[in-house]
Amino acid sequence: MTRRVLPGFGLSLSFTLTYLTLLVFLPLLACVAQVVSLTWSEFWSAAWTVRAQSAYALTFGASLIAAMIDVVLGLLIAWVLVRYEFPFKRFFDSLIDLPFALPTSVAGLVYSSLYVQSGWLGQFLVPLGIEAVYTRLAIVLMLVFIGLPFVVRTIQPVLESLEGETEEAAALLGATRLQTFLRVIFPALLPAIITGFALAFARAIGEYGSVVFVSGNIPMQTEIAPVLIVARLEEGQYAEATSVATILLVGSFSMLVFINLLERWSKRHYA
Amino acid sequence: MKLCPDHPCVAASSLAKIAISLLGITLAGCDSSSNKTLLNVSYDPTRELWQDLNREFTNTHGEANKTESGEPEVVTVETTHGGSASQARSVIEGLPADVVTLAIEPDTEAIRKKGLIDAGWKERLPNHSLPYVSTIVFVVRKGNPKQIKDWDDLIQGDVQIITPNPTTSGNGKLSFLAAWGYIIKKGGSEEDAKQFVSKLYNSKPTPILDTGARASTTTFAQKKIGDVHLTWENEAFLEVADSKGELEIVYPSNSILAEPYVAVVDANAKKRGTEKLAEEYLTFLYTDNAQRIIGKHHYRPTNPEIAEEFANTFTPIQLYPITDIVKDWDEANTKFFADGGIFTQIYENK
Repeated sequence: MTRRVLPGFGLSLSFTLTYLTLLVFLPLLACVAQVVSLTWSEFWSAAWTVRAQSAYALTFGASLIAAMIDVVLGLLIAWVLVRYEFPFKRFFDSLIDLPFALPTSVAGLVYSSLYVQSGWLGQFLVPLGIEAVYTRLAIVLMLVFIGLPFVVRTIQPVLESLEGETEEAAALLGATRLQTFLRVIFPALLPAIITGFALAFARAIGEYGSVVFVSGNIPMQTEIAPVLIVARLEEGQYAEATSVATILLVGSFSMLVFINLLERWSKRHYA
Repeated sequence: MKLCPDHPCVAASSLAKIAISLLGITLAGCDSSSNKTLLNVSYDPTRELWQDLNREFTNTHGEANKTESGEPEVVTVETTHGGSASQARSVIEGLPADVVTLAIEPDTEAIRKKGLIDAGWKERLPNHSLPYVSTIVFVVRKGNPKQIKDWDDLIQGDVQIITPNPTTSGNGKLSFLAAWGYIIKKGGSEEDAKQFVSKLYNSKPTPILDTGARASTTTFAQKKIGDVHLTWENEAFLEVADSKGELEIVYPSNSILAEPYVAVVDANAKKRGTEKLAEEYLTFLYTDNAQRIIGKHHYRPTNPEIAEEFANTFTPIQLYPITDIVKDWDEANTKFFADGGIFTQIYENK
């Protein structure tokens, strides 16, 4: 074997593998082990009921919409934070991370007390017919809050590393402002945008703590898939609970693979 | 505070407990022959009750048992709270509880089915191991603006209902069963009962089905959402007392008898050497002092003489056991709350 230039390969690789095995692979394996105790028909009858199907549709649908909103808002916020100077910029910058730190159940409680009819915002919104709590809209808004920092924090460093000179060069070569953005800045940001989208989306799929406080948890209407998992666990039906979890896992995993491919394609395409 | 070293998982999140059990790691029991600490695993709204009962038990035990130097012997009782079913799950997965005092029978039975509680546990303590009973009542806003007096009124007009989701909460299950039982008790058929619960849970404005009892209380009392809250009787008293006159209790004509059983977790007590103490602890719940503490916290004491002392607190209400409407809890779970059960059907076949 040829000698590597960088020392410590064996040690760091074995650390990485041990870490991944213990903390990621083994729990996933245990999850699968629960499911294989079921036959196919038991699996499908646990994971694919009418109630479960509408819960998946809601979970994936709301997460998708929320991640898209996050991308638009996140790009804007990252842009403002990187490109402009204004008072208390550092303060606003650190506010972005708050959804990371706040226990999500607290976020859910605070959110719902703001938007209920007697709340600060709800007293104006509810008379206008905007029911932003205990509805599907509430779930989307909550997931937007949870996912936003992922988008901002992935776009921000890329935007910071963009050289101002490339934009100047574009301008000198006669590009309009819109052309500069679309042809120069946006392609460079696209991989980061896609990554941010994927992270926000995946985070939203599994979110439970905050959503149960803002949705009414009505089956077929505002019940997300993780609630079904908890319901099955309460009955001691671990295998059935894991079946639902498996559908979520497979769904989000294939989504992530697709997004990864998209990101590669975008890198190749715009490189 | 003295804690047995094998209690760290008390603080661990239930997610971690699942992970631990999935990895097949079982927590070893504390192994001393004359252990003087007890762990009581209970359900959500009983915090205040067990705080008082534990203090009283420590005193009573200390007076009756002196050490060699004549000092009162010190016993420590720790109590944990949470959703009843998830508390039962923790015990099954290795939380070394000496006694369990859970909300509904299937949670205690689930632990027995794992072999941790000996068969015939119900007959080892007085009154089928029920030191107290409770029920589900209504809480409404001041002056009862929607004129809610009985179960029928819940499906009239625009009454919004707050109660936990029956698939995730014991309170939720009991609310559902009480609504079902009201129709059956009136002589209605199962089809009538199904129509009634369907109207109740599909009413407009849409009910809010939080995942646990305390979350529903928050929605109704703090966020001021909804017209009626179907909740534990003891929780209703607390809620009304905290509301500064904004809320009132309404007793329907009948309701379900809630039976929160108590039991020694034999396997754990044997391993930890706490069998005698655990037995003493649960027997203590039937003494006059303990029964009075129970009544003071708005649970219905099962000693008839003590119950009489609290006759002014508890409005008379016709209470019927779950066996009046189904064979047992197992049947109730499959029929109503499991996948494809009636609770799911009333949404799917709408």
